[in-house]
Amino acid sequence: MVEQMDLTKSQEGKWVREDKKRGLFKVSRDAFTSQAVFERENERIFNKCWLYLGHSSELENPNDFLTRNVAGHELIFNRDRKGGFNAFFNTCPHRGAIVAREECGNALGFKCFYHGWSFNNNGKYATRSPKGVYPEDFGKEGDSVDLSRVPRLEQYRDFHFINFDADAISLDDYLAGSKEILDIVSDHSPDGMEVVSGVQNYSIRANWKLLVENSFDGYHAAETHDTYFTYLFDAIGGTPEEAMAKMTGQSNCYDYGNGHAAIEGEAPWGRPVGRHIPAWGDKGKEDIAAIVKELEERVGVPMAKRISNGDRNAVFFPNLVINDIMAITIRTLYPVSPNEIHVSSWAFAPKGEPPELRKRRLDNFLEFLGPGGFATPDDVEALESAQVGYGNAQFAPWNDISRGMLKEKPANDDEEQMRCFWREWARRMEAE
Amino acid sequence: MMGNANLTRSADKAEAILNRDVYEDFLYLEAQLLDEWKLDEWLALFAEGATYDVPTAGAPDDVSSSEKLFYISDDYFRLGHRVKRLNQKTAHSEWPRSHTSRLISNMRILGSDDSGVHLRSAFVTHRSKGTATDMFCGHHLHTVKMVDGELKIVAKRSMLDLANLRPQGRVSIIL
Repeated sequence: MVEQMDLTKSQEGKWVREDKKRGLFKVSRDAFTSQAVFERENERIFNKCWLYLGHSSELENPNDFLTRNVAGHELIFNRDRKGGFNAFFNTCPHRGAIVAREECGNALGFKCFYHGWSFNNNGKYATRSPKGVYPEDFGKEGDSVDLSRVPRLEQYRDFHFINFDADAISLDDYLAGSKEILDIVSDHSPDGMEVVSGVQNYSIRANWKLLVENSFDGYHAAETHDTYFTYLFDAIGGTPEEAMAKMTGQSNCYDYGNGHAAIEGEAPWGRPVGRHIPAWGDKGKEDIAAIVKELEERVGVPMAKRISNGDRNAVFFPNLVINDIMAITIRTLYPVSPNEIHVSSWAFAPKGEPPELRKRRLDNFLEFLGPGGFATPDDVEALESAQVGYGNAQFAPWNDISRGMLKEKPANDDEEQMRCFWREWARRMEAE
Repeated sequence: MMGNANLTRSADKAEAILNRDVYEDFLYLEAQLLDEWKLDEWLALFAEGATYDVPTAGAPDDVSSSEKLFYISDDYFRLGHRVKRLNQKTAHSEWPRSHTSRLISNMRILGSDDSGVHLRSAFVTHRSKGTATDMFCGHHLHTVKMVDGELKIVAKRSMLDLANLRPQGRVSIIL
């Protein structure tokens, strides 16, 4: 087991220890490797928290459906004939086979391929059987044979979340201050936003909380991603000095409550929503000026400035990431064991974006993000390396998350945002 | 550009089709240079203005990187930087370098038009690093052309015939 640490006893937890006076914050490496922790997380976090399911733009029309695995559960997310949104467990009430086996489609109902049981797209049992095979009141007396509904499905803006706990607080209360981030990314365009077709489904041989930390870690960027920045300064045109001179040095960390947090800063890359780079040329400059002008008229100058020129990395507790950086990515990450993560990443963009701007946005995305980007694979290497390093936890038991703890106003390259996550994690995990 | 539909396009200016062993040898050479991490020599197989892309696992051959999210969609500039990056020790994902082995098979000459000769080949690539060995399988779509007396790649698209990148996780090597 882990060694004792010299911290004040009142702040002591099994996995998370905080000494506010000295400005020390430590997390036990056992939290990243233990099977018992993994099982406790399923019970206390993934079965209790609001989890991201999908975005309205993925189901544009009535009867549209998609299938998705959320926290180990195969689900159907669909709109019924009346256009209402539903979340069902994707399993036949008869013997359990998956009833919707395609990634997405448009369907009035679902028919299980095993014995042919059928369901309307509002989940209602709709199988025709010869008289006398089943009782007359089959499924009507507390023995439901409808598709099982996920206990809670709620939305904020066009982001839909589910909760497996019927007694959970409302999504609105749960999201608390983090709604600001959903508002900001929803307001990038006057025409609404959409999830771009295509998903990057990949895995990482590490604990999921390593990717949570990495997703809003401003401290590692320069060191880990040196090759990306070398490329970037060649790609954006002009000199690094010119790019740096434009930066105002804003650097913020937001504690949104309930474990949600974000960092905000300003980087040298171009932003399709308002930060021009020389490589985009005069036409690109005009495009960007028009986007900024429209933003200023619609949301006012201060918010337009934040939307166009602020780079934000946000984590919604426990595992939704929205990074609004050189492009916007929506990312979910689920543990399938203590040392393996299933990651899904989508690109998020304005509806009706002109093709050349869409291409520019997707190029920006791929330069940095995802399994073939110039940055993400090096993050993956770092996370997997840490997981291997935790094999030494018996002799080197603690991670340090103390950076910037004694500052009045932590910066975007400090670690306060991670401490927000860990405090909520500890609140849920450390209780008896 | 890659599919059968365009094979008759500009047939009068179509690139001349050479013997199949020329193309097979060329693809084997490409695979060997990548296996041996001779990336500058590999890049020299590409014509100026060439492209390299890897759509997401399971995508159709004619998918467009202007509309869909890919893993890689390199123009010639970015491809050059991909090689420059992979030649550095600070490309952490590939340092220390992974061991790779590329099997190329089932090559077919799909046809020819003014953009070049279209080749389809099946691949199985293994990448081994640390305690993990991962397998990538799929098919390459090459468009090749004679430039100043040398065969060059003008477009390479690597299609992953996989449902997802689990457990492979990344395409930090060149497929």
